[in-house]
Amino acid sequence: MDFLRKKFDEIRKPFNKGGKFEKFAPAINSIDTLLFVPKHNTHGGAHIRDGVDLKRVMVTVIFALLPAMFFGMYNIGFQHFSQLGESTAILDCMIFGAWKFLPMLLVSYGVGLAIEIAFAVYNQHEVNEGYLVSGMLIPLIMPIDFPLWMLAVSVVFAVFIGKEAFGGTGMNIFNPALIARAFAFFSYAPQMSGDKVWVADASTIDAVSGETILGQLAAGTDTSWSVLDMFLGFIPGSVGETSVLAILIGAAILIFTGVGSWKIMTGTLIGGAAMGLIFNALGINELMNFPWWQHLLVGGFAFGAVFMATDPVSGAQTEKGKWIYGILIGFFAIMIRVFNGAYPEGMMMAILLMNVFAPTIDHYVVAGNIKKRKNRLKAA
Amino acid sequence: MSQDIRVKKGLNIKLKGQAALTTAASSRSAFYAIKPTDFHGITPKLAVKAGEEVAVGDVVFFSKGNDRIKFTSPVSGIVKEIKRGAKRKVLAIIIEAKSEDQFKDFGTANPLDLDKEAVLEKILESGSFAYVKQRPYDVIANPADSPKAIFVSSFDTAPLGPNYAYALKGKEEAFQAGINALTKLTEGAVNLAVDGSEATFFSKIENANIVNVYGKHPAGNVGTQIAEISPVNQGDRVWSVSPQGVAVIGELFLTGKYNATKLVALAGSQVNNPQYYSLAAGQNIQSLISENAEVNGSRVISGNVLTGTQIGADDFLGFYDNVISVIPEGNEHRFFGWLPFVGSKSIHSASKTSFAWLNPGKEYTLNTSLNGEERALVVTGEMEKVVPLDIYPLQLLKACIANDIEKMENLGIYEVAPEDFALVDYINTSKIEAQQIIRQGLDLMIKEVG
Repeated sequence: MDFLRKKFDEIRKPFNKGGKFEKFAPAINSIDTLLFVPKHNTHGGAHIRDGVDLKRVMVTVIFALLPAMFFGMYNIGFQHFSQLGESTAILDCMIFGAWKFLPMLLVSYGVGLAIEIAFAVYNQHEVNEGYLVSGMLIPLIMPIDFPLWMLAVSVVFAVFIGKEAFGGTGMNIFNPALIARAFAFFSYAPQMSGDKVWVADASTIDAVSGETILGQLAAGTDTSWSVLDMFLGFIPGSVGETSVLAILIGAAILIFTGVGSWKIMTGTLIGGAAMGLIFNALGINELMNFPWWQHLLVGGFAFGAVFMATDPVSGAQTEKGKWIYGILIGFFAIMIRVFNGAYPEGMMMAILLMNVFAPTIDHYVVAGNIKKRKNRLKAA
Repeated sequence: MSQDIRVKKGLNIKLKGQAALTTAASSRSAFYAIKPTDFHGITPKLAVKAGEEVAVGDVVFFSKGNDRIKFTSPVSGIVKEIKRGAKRKVLAIIIEAKSEDQFKDFGTANPLDLDKEAVLEKILESGSFAYVKQRPYDVIANPADSPKAIFVSSFDTAPLGPNYAYALKGKEEAFQAGINALTKLTEGAVNLAVDGSEATFFSKIENANIVNVYGKHPAGNVGTQIAEISPVNQGDRVWSVSPQGVAVIGELFLTGKYNATKLVALAGSQVNNPQYYSLAAGQNIQSLISENAEVNGSRVISGNVLTGTQIGADDFLGFYDNVISVIPEGNEHRFFGWLPFVGSKSIHSASKTSFAWLNPGKEYTLNTSLNGEERALVVTGEMEKVVPLDIYPLQLLKACIANDIEKMENLGIYEVAPEDFALVDYINTSKIEAQQIIRQGLDLMIKEVG
């Protein structure tokens, strides 16, 4: 790769110190560091360092998202064609899905990274890799027919207000991807909810119904989907959230590599199951009667538990706190889902709510340690 | 009486070039240096001028804050130069060695027959009190304090760490005398931590509370052992002495001489025959390095690869260091090297995003590459895996960065030294300098609390 390196060194010359575009160094650095691990050596501190870096961690999350993304693209086509009664050959579905989804991905990355780089140049710091994951998450939790310009505005809001306003990667108190979704949900409600948006072209072609299972339940009608469909993901919904199987593959990658916290994932599952059981026991309406374990299969529950709740920046940071944080997310997600008829999907709200409380949870966990230390001092 | 400690958290990093348990002859160097920078927090008040003659044990400088703490010459010779840096800060006192050493006589004595003041006075006079460090703050102790316990760790679990049982072979008697002297300095116990998995002469040392320690690095760090045996509370003073320091103090009582010569491991993948050499603290290592190691493209470190100080190939051995590590510099771009599992064969990683865990016994040739760039703190839960102390490392680091004294105090700043965070430097994804942050935090505490 010497040839490529030399070529790149030539290109970046004007950006180096004393060069014409010195100010824009963070921009070129962000590309440089994406191609090559820079030849930075340790100076002070430990002289050797672990092979892991933030980019590797973020890319691991992206790999974990790929199964859900590819299935989501396939499912876009599958839902569309099957409702029209047309052929659902894998290739046709994939091509249709890619044609619908890739523009969203491009807009998300393009707009988000442009803002990140602009901030880096303005503040003269390096571009952090956090947006690599956020940029992929955002289109995966949107309905497929969501207009691109609305997506772009949501991304702008998420990066500006959700992230940079707090100081950038590592400082944000909310999950940026969920901020984008919350912004879209409250600003563009007709495009983000209802029974017309969850299958491609549902709003324009009458034969296509874009209703989700949770939407049907909230309206008090029975669902026509089998449990296997729910698990495999052949149901309408946001692009990446439908297939529990694909999400579980992602979860396995995150847990094995240690990048995602298994404590948060398990906690969310326990909390959701517990709340579901409570509602099953009460059993007042359709949503409450929906079997507790099926609650965990539909909507954004699985996706949120694996990819959203585990965001280390906005989540609890202590190991004990991660359990509490996860359990409460599961608990509130099902509660909001059942109680709020106008808004059957509670995962987003539950996670954002717990993002707010994560520092408080950590505070009390750490206070336990402080108390132990003070008691020791008293005893001495 | 003996006690067992099992350290569950931690990480052993295996590096190529572990020193073999053999000793090669090393010649006497022409120059020796005492570097005040080796003694954190000490401002030197010079006692010699350039051109003056000194014998081994003659005072070279005092601590400006406490003139009972003296620093003495490791060699006989003539003060050649007082090296100064910015604002005339003294960087090193360089002594041109004579062909033979004359030792200043401090008189022999049996420490067990002396009282505390007499023992302390002798140690202070000889300059070997510099080996006595204190927690909190990880600085040289204040002789006026009365520590609640003294700790000695007889083994080193750091990568390429020296084997003290080997390095102190033949000095068993001196070591015992040193322990005897230390028992006079504390009301509490002298705790001697020994490697539970290896039988050495340390287990047979008398007058000390022998503690068998098992586990991965940092099990051998004295900070880990203190936290298990007698954690430092606010207001406490605990002292620690390195095993080589104990032997120096013991020899002082046995022979009346201050002998700073010790067996030092020369280790690392850039060393031809990694083994031990007899060197004095502050000895020039130019010929040793050029004869036994590949200097080009290498980094010479006085100390181990986690906590040591980078020095030039023509520089001097640090006062406290018992190993000189020579490892290759990084200086390479790696195309798409950040992809998960890429480079698993040659680059160690404690994270499962690399296949390195499949090969736990492999000895790595690690270079000084940062393997990434400094980033915001994102990943959580990784520091806790390598810090066995009962503290929250991430939260403590953040408190130090924020200069929040009350929080630092609450979170256990008194219990830690930079070396306890060396593995955090190593494993953390964001490549932050945890040891430096802790050092700055401790310095702030010294200034504000004292």
